[in-house]
Amino acid sequence: MARKRPHEFLIESAIFAAGGITILFVVLIFIFLLKEGLALFRSVSVFEFLTGKDWYPISHPPKFGALPLILGSVWITVGAIVISVPIGVACAVYIAEVAPKWLGEILKASVEFLAAIPSIVLGFIGLVTLVPLVQKIFNLSTGLTALSGSLMLGFMAMPTIVSIMEDALTAVPRSYREGALALGATRWQAIRKVVLPAASSGVIAAVMLGIGRVIGETMAVMMITGNAARIPNSLLEPVRTMTATIAAEMGEAVQGSAHYASLFAIGIVLFVITFLINLTADFFLHRNK
Amino acid sequence: MNSKKIVLVSAAALFFFSTVSFAKPEVIQIKGSDTMVNLGQAWAEEFMNKNPQTSLAVTGGGSGTGIAALINGTTQIAQCSREMKPEEKDEVTKSTGKSVKEIKVALDALAVIVNPGNPVSELSIDQLSAIFTGKVKNWKELGGADAPILVLSRERNSGTHVYFLEHVLRKGNAKGPEEFASSVLMMPSSQAIAQEVLRSRSAIGYLGLGYVTKAHKAIGVKKNAGDPAVSPSIETAQNATYPISRPLYLYIAGEPEGGVKTFIDFVLSPAGQEIVRAMDFVPLTQ
Repeated sequence: MARKRPHEFLIESAIFAAGGITILFVVLIFIFLLKEGLALFRSVSVFEFLTGKDWYPISHPPKFGALPLILGSVWITVGAIVISVPIGVACAVYIAEVAPKWLGEILKASVEFLAAIPSIVLGFIGLVTLVPLVQKIFNLSTGLTALSGSLMLGFMAMPTIVSIMEDALTAVPRSYREGALALGATRWQAIRKVVLPAASSGVIAAVMLGIGRVIGETMAVMMITGNAARIPNSLLEPVRTMTATIAAEMGEAVQGSAHYASLFAIGIVLFVITFLINLTADFFLHRNK
Repeated sequence: MNSKKIVLVSAAALFFFSTVSFAKPEVIQIKGSDTMVNLGQAWAEEFMNKNPQTSLAVTGGGSGTGIAALINGTTQIAQCSREMKPEEKDEVTKSTGKSVKEIKVALDALAVIVNPGNPVSELSIDQLSAIFTGKVKNWKELGGADAPILVLSRERNSGTHVYFLEHVLRKGNAKGPEEFASSVLMMPSSQAIAQEVLRSRSAIGYLGLGYVTKAHKAIGVKKNAGDPAVSPSIETAQNATYPISRPLYLYIAGEPEGGVKTFIDFVLSPAGQEIVRAMDFVPLTQ
């Protein structure tokens, strides 16, 4: 092998440093979260924090029961996924398999453009259009419910889901489809029994990353879900998510207090959840390689 | 000796321009209460018209945000719709080495509003406390229609939230056991409360007098069950007959000096208090 020229060495080290710094930042962020958040567990047990039903962080004595917040995030996420996955899969299949090439290009570009709309803008649109609609359709006293949040977030997760899923479907070799069609399968049978299973890891990864997008969303959720810290019995009740709690309360929390630490503890819970989701997505993305 | 002259002239020019660029306008940061952000902005605009050498930047975020910024030294003036807690004053002294100076600058009456379609028009503090703590759940119990009450509050980062909690829910006993019921909706802004009350017939919420429009119905509040109900207004807040009104404060670290002092003098002057009235808050009685 030829000896590396000096500028090549320089560029290689610069790229290596750039990669290394990214990892370093992630590690530092996690250490910072742990340092600030674990302080809470000097006064409250982990079990109390994760299963307590009352969130009264500024009372005397304070109560740090994060269960309503965790369940709030889970409810909204499940709702959003139930809404966005079927539509997302259908949309991706249409773009990748059915639509003529020019139409597919236009559709994909439009869906990806959706991702470029700032979430606060979507939240505001949701507040003035979706919330009154939900209130009217279900005849509720307020439209600020988990359902409004789920619909809005399902919409926001769509670009992630469609885009990654479409890539996965397109990556399935042409010969698979041709083989299926040659054996007498209809186009629908070829898509359902051959192409989708072949792309299954990409499909699951797309859904996982969609979940990650939904659970971390803050502004839109804070504007349209009502933020009542009570364990919801249905999607038609207001909920308070973990992200909205951090955003709403961080401004007031006295630095170094238990309240401040509890918000970082919620941050740890969120971090762990998104980390697991991304890990799962990664596992499925690389399974076949 | 032409070249010497050039050097001299350019040195003089350099000196002149550098002094000009050093005489930058003084920038004062004002941060805190969302209730007061429009008021602060109105003061700042009028003040900058008169004192163009001083530039004021007003931002909101909540009273707690302003106090945190005063502790971190990222703002010179914190606007607060509640009194600063002793712990917070200690924090400021610890980080800046100066003691906190409190300046009362205006009053704010908190209006309790309902949908105009709601027949209920008077409530006592006890009844309000029962509504917001979740003991009373239906308008029927208060003489209204048979509908569950939709209770709206501001978020916990709001000075309005803390004031309402201590003076209405806990009836003045700041350390009392009463809490907002967990079913209470925490709205991110006063505007969101104003909007939701118009949209929902069964809603009740509270906000500063400045946010109440003609479309809202402001509840007359009785201090005790037997007292006459008083509607919120500038007059009833000033003569202290309206029971839910509160002082608004500016906080600074140390004694005011320079532009900060000029600004505070302006705020307390008749011109500054006229702006308070124009912004629908209640001027201090002198």
